[in-house]
Amino acid sequence: MSLVSFLKSRLVSTELDEHINRIRKPIGTLGYDPWGYNNETVKYGLSLAKPIYEKYFRTEAQGVDHIPAQGPVLIVGNHSGQLPIDGILIGYALASRTKSPRIPRAMIERFFPTVPWLGNMLNEVGAVLGDPVNCARMLANNEAIIVFPEGVRGSGKLYRDRYKLQRFGPGFMHLAMKYNAAIVPVGVVGCEETIPAIANIKPLAKALGIPYAPLAMPVVLPAKVHLNFGPPMYFDGEDISEAQIGERVEQVKTEINRLIDKGLKERKRLF
Amino acid sequence: MTSPTTKKRKPNILVTGAAGSLAQQVIKRLQKTCNLVAVDARTQVPLGDDIPSYCMDLNHRLLEDLFRQYKFDGVIHLGRIRSSQLTRMRRYNANVLGTQKLLDLSQKYDVRRVVVLSTYHVYGAMAYNPALITESAPLKSAGLSADLIDSVELENLASIYLWRYPELNISILRPCNIVGPGVRNTVSALLASQRAPVLAGFSPMMQFIHIDDMADAIALAYKKPVRGIFNVAPCDWVAYQRALQLCGCTRIPVPSIPPLLPRLILRTLGLRRFPAYLMGFFKYPVVIDGRAFENEFGFAPKRPLKEILHFYKNNKTPL
Repeated sequence: MSLVSFLKSRLVSTELDEHINRIRKPIGTLGYDPWGYNNETVKYGLSLAKPIYEKYFRTEAQGVDHIPAQGPVLIVGNHSGQLPIDGILIGYALASRTKSPRIPRAMIERFFPTVPWLGNMLNEVGAVLGDPVNCARMLANNEAIIVFPEGVRGSGKLYRDRYKLQRFGPGFMHLAMKYNAAIVPVGVVGCEETIPAIANIKPLAKALGIPYAPLAMPVVLPAKVHLNFGPPMYFDGEDISEAQIGERVEQVKTEINRLIDKGLKERKRLF
Repeated sequence: MTSPTTKKRKPNILVTGAAGSLAQQVIKRLQKTCNLVAVDARTQVPLGDDIPSYCMDLNHRLLEDLFRQYKFDGVIHLGRIRSSQLTRMRRYNANVLGTQKLLDLSQKYDVRRVVVLSTYHVYGAMAYNPALITESAPLKSAGLSADLIDSVELENLASIYLWRYPELNISILRPCNIVGPGVRNTVSALLASQRAPVLAGFSPMMQFIHIDDMADAIALAYKKPVRGIFNVAPCDWVAYQRALQLCGCTRIPVPSIPPLLPRLILRTLGLRRFPAYLMGFFKYPVVIDGRAFENEFGFAPKRPLKEILHFYKNNKTPL
């Protein structure tokens, strides 16, 4: 037995292996897609995400079946917690659902592809450079894409601003309308408490070339996470003004706020 | 009473870069249906009695005599000098000024079909490249490396002639990495070697097209006079380091950060197989979308990626 197959037998369970193989994602003959997704690496990724999802954050996901079984989808959520843990948990919820699981894709910061090893690894598990052209091509390819329209404004916000939605970029709405993609809103509750930051050290962030440098404890706290997925929202592709697009973005934002409030009400305790 | 039969004349075609293995494959595909004339700046290629062959620089005055003598119907310009060959100045003279001369003569002597071979390198390798780059994407490589300027200039020139002289019916083909038996470009040399350098921590997605498929693509493109710019690449992808593994290459990692370090190392080593100006292509993906060409010309690559990489695994000798 080679080292790779030994590691695979130890890390990847047979059920998970079969589960991912059942999804039948369109890939090339060597297991890659144009964005660098790799069917084998994603099995390792999900095997590592499973204990994080189930044991560490004891995630409770409701309504994950609202995500359509096929066709282009944008899963739009609130971003929080300094690290993209919310994206991993949403992705795992979609990939592990029993009925019509899908391989989730996520748009990542432009900084990541320049980081050795990490950039490639993220690509192999389905993450893609957050570029509107990439997002458009992936929707045309019928992918389910996790999007955080707040971007770093959301993930880098301080603990005192928790659960306050920041400004949403309208790009996701333009793309959803153009590609007739369903928008599935998701309210994430719990990730705000994983790495509570009290300040952002801007000069340090600038010096390191990273979006923000939070002043926080160097640990990820095991807060309990609630994911509430809402029913899919569809917006027709008519030619409308930016102001009207803004109104549609507000509709999505309102729905996410409702789902966050639902999660906060359901939450019995922080940890 | 019998009606006079009109026998259609075989078209006369000039093929440049005839000494290259791709050109020879193209010649093989067209020699039955066309009268070919071969030109190469490097050597006079022996192609038999039926195909006149000349060793001639495109800037040479005698090139016009060939146009006068053979009254070409079409030109297939495969004679682009690769970035790893000659000096910048000589490449500029050959690729830009030589191509301009060729296109001027084509216009003067009523050529009705021109196919120009370019490269996907013109898009440039950047961290911010989206995947499946279409033909309308900006050409960034001139801003990234002075060694790729002539490739972009050649394209710009061909594009200007494409719009200014529509009767020339110019098609510009931008293929991904051409590989296979006889191919001597950078990527082919790397795949064929026992040990190949890689930038530590970077394994960009790549596309490979077999030389026979590329020759089919050029022959198809010649036969259908549709103007335009087309990417040529199969819908199959593999990460660079994985491709090396499948070819049985031992990977030699070159430190990749800070970005100045690999550039310095590669410039110092001066490896022809892994030149500093192509470093970006071994770091960031440049994945092109070849579907427009496939749809327009009914092209379907026949050689699977596994077969291509298998060939290199079984041929670990200098090609």
